[in-house]
Amino acid sequence: MRLELVRRPESPWFGIVAPLLAVALTVASGFVLFLALGLDPVETLYQFMLAPLTTFQSLTELGVKGAPLALIATGLAIGFRANVWNIGAEGQLIIGAIAAGGVALAFWNEAGWWILPLMLAASVAGGMAWAAIPAFLKTRFGVNEILTSLMLTYVASLILQMLVFGPWKDPDGFNYPQTRLFSEAALLPVLIEGTRLHAGALVALLAALAAWFVMARTVTGFEIAVVGDAPQAARFAGFSTRRTVWLSFLVGGGAAGLAGAFEAAGPIGQLVPVLTPGYGFTAIIVAFLGRLSPPGIVAAAALMALTYIGGENAQITAGLPQAATGVFQGMLLFYLLATDGLLRFRIRLTGARSPRAAQP
Amino acid sequence: MSEITSLPLSRRSLIVGAGATAAMLAGTRTGLAADPLKVGFVYVGPIGDHGYSYSHDLGRKAVEAEFGDRVKVTFVENVNEGPDSERVIRQLATAGNGLIFSTSFGFMQPTIRVARQFPKVVFEHATGYMRADNVGIYNGRFYEGRAVLGTIAGLVSKTGSVGYVASFPIPEVIMGINAFLLAARKVRPDLTVKVIWLNSWYDPGKEADAAKALIDGGADVIAQHVDSPAAMQVAEARGAYAFGQASDMSRFAPRAHLTAIVYDWAPYYKERVKLVLDGAWKSDDTWWGLKEGLIRMAPYNPSLPEEIRKQADAVRDAIAAGTLQPFAGPVKDQKGAVRIAAGETISDADLLKMDWLVEGVQS
Repeated sequence: MRLELVRRPESPWFGIVAPLLAVALTVASGFVLFLALGLDPVETLYQFMLAPLTTFQSLTELGVKGAPLALIATGLAIGFRANVWNIGAEGQLIIGAIAAGGVALAFWNEAGWWILPLMLAASVAGGMAWAAIPAFLKTRFGVNEILTSLMLTYVASLILQMLVFGPWKDPDGFNYPQTRLFSEAALLPVLIEGTRLHAGALVALLAALAAWFVMARTVTGFEIAVVGDAPQAARFAGFSTRRTVWLSFLVGGGAAGLAGAFEAAGPIGQLVPVLTPGYGFTAIIVAFLGRLSPPGIVAAAALMALTYIGGENAQITAGLPQAATGVFQGMLLFYLLATDGLLRFRIRLTGARSPRAAQP
Repeated sequence: MSEITSLPLSRRSLIVGAGATAAMLAGTRTGLAADPLKVGFVYVGPIGDHGYSYSHDLGRKAVEAEFGDRVKVTFVENVNEGPDSERVIRQLATAGNGLIFSTSFGFMQPTIRVARQFPKVVFEHATGYMRADNVGIYNGRFYEGRAVLGTIAGLVSKTGSVGYVASFPIPEVIMGINAFLLAARKVRPDLTVKVIWLNSWYDPGKEADAAKALIDGGADVIAQHVDSPAAMQVAEARGAYAFGQASDMSRFAPRAHLTAIVYDWAPYYKERVKLVLDGAWKSDDTWWGLKEGLIRMAPYNPSLPEEIRKQADAVRDAIAAGTLQPFAGPVKDQKGAVRIAAGETISDADLLKMDWLVEGVQS
């Protein structure tokens, strides 16, 4: 006996029903989980899923946490559409932040409107350059880009550490591994006074819009989709796989690099040995959660941010243990993917024994 | 809280500067006389690390036990250093916590930034160097305990090679390695310490791998400045000796665990909470060690010979009494240059900036 997945007829309702069902299942499971932990389940669920949406401050924090995820995922999704697997956005983010930080430190304590734009340009160039390495290796030697892009993440992280433990260390910082705090001209403007919501959130939205336009309305977007879905047809049509690989990596790397500059010049304000809590990796989940479509990605990034902030909230106000917040986040992701899969596909048990199944 | 309202005016007017902040806080709080003081703790690791964050959490529990319903204590664990920590600290302040302990170096800038927005909230930041009117700082002289560990290592090691699993090359860790080796060389002049840097405070997998590599390289004693018991468990399995980190970890390695430096934050936390409750808190810089009981040594392994215990106790007691300086000169660095001249010792200010390793450390 074996399992088979059979595609159900497509329905426009799936996109709406699946997430609603997933949330309902998560709430039900969370209720049981919190009850078993001896907490007030209604209060805990409220603190986790709704309280972050009720204050202005925490809404802006959704933007702070979600913006880098959305920006990176938008860039990565273009490559994933084309079956180009850039797993190294984390490293491209770090190199972008280093490039931006280098500019900020070179012009430390100087004023000038051009410093910030120069930093952002440097970060995009840095991210692209780092992503160009796996792109080159793949197109020239056919090296698997999953391995090279992932391994380069660790190289990037070590370069950052070399700099902040060495030449870029704050001379007045008691030998602690961090750079000087960036001066005013090198910091991102805050969108709303009194919050941490910075211009990067706006850029992330614009990038999603632009990506949507390119993918849905331009020939380039069509080429990318065809190379991903039907490589043979793409070759027949004369679309270049090589070009698509380069484009995917440069866009993904540039977006990740820019996100790095936004983190360094935004909420952090300096370079430190560990710049991100894994945004480059979480963005891969966000990209697939958003089904590789820019609007979906923005929603998925906001949802991820909500579960992080809600998790902190539940710890502070309801006394939920941190491990339980992780379980809750995991359940939400699991149900989202499961409902989506099971609505689209039906599991069928077939009587036919496959040769593999017959073996002990 | 009611005794604050009865404070004579003259006493209150004595409280200046930062103290006024606390007094204002206390003043506003008297309106809600029965309300407990809310105290928040932010931990970098999980409380289940059995190490650093666990030790802070024991301090939190001591506060709860001491003050009962006069305080309401919450904590947030496993908080990323960086932007996430700023949000958590701000959330704690917004949720009405009047006193917030942020317990890791990487929370320094975030703590200072949030403190600016909440001048009436009292903040205490561990192991950093930035202060403000409403931000006090505190730290432990962990290196004093490391001198005791070094003494024991020098006496039990047969190969004369000690492996050291270290986190980040920051002053706190570097001074610990140096104090360890200097003490060890007093009892075994040819001893060397081999360091592996993990660039992480808590990563059991990497910690175990490092310990394996060090033992393969000839080390028969493993010291660590990372937070999980993983390296010690490797030592237990491989027949080497080890020391616990931040709390008594003997249950993870009953044979290998010789002793541990126990971080006991309870006396400090109780004192600071009491000061805030009394309206007498002011921004301070506290660096306590063996003398004040902020660090102490866990019970020795039953297998440790009496002679070695005596020598370790003597080092411990002499440091606590101030008659033994762990960094008494002459001290040379790895290149052989004299860093501390004979007859001298190092100032606290220079110690807090230490970025050189002593002769005999391989890293």
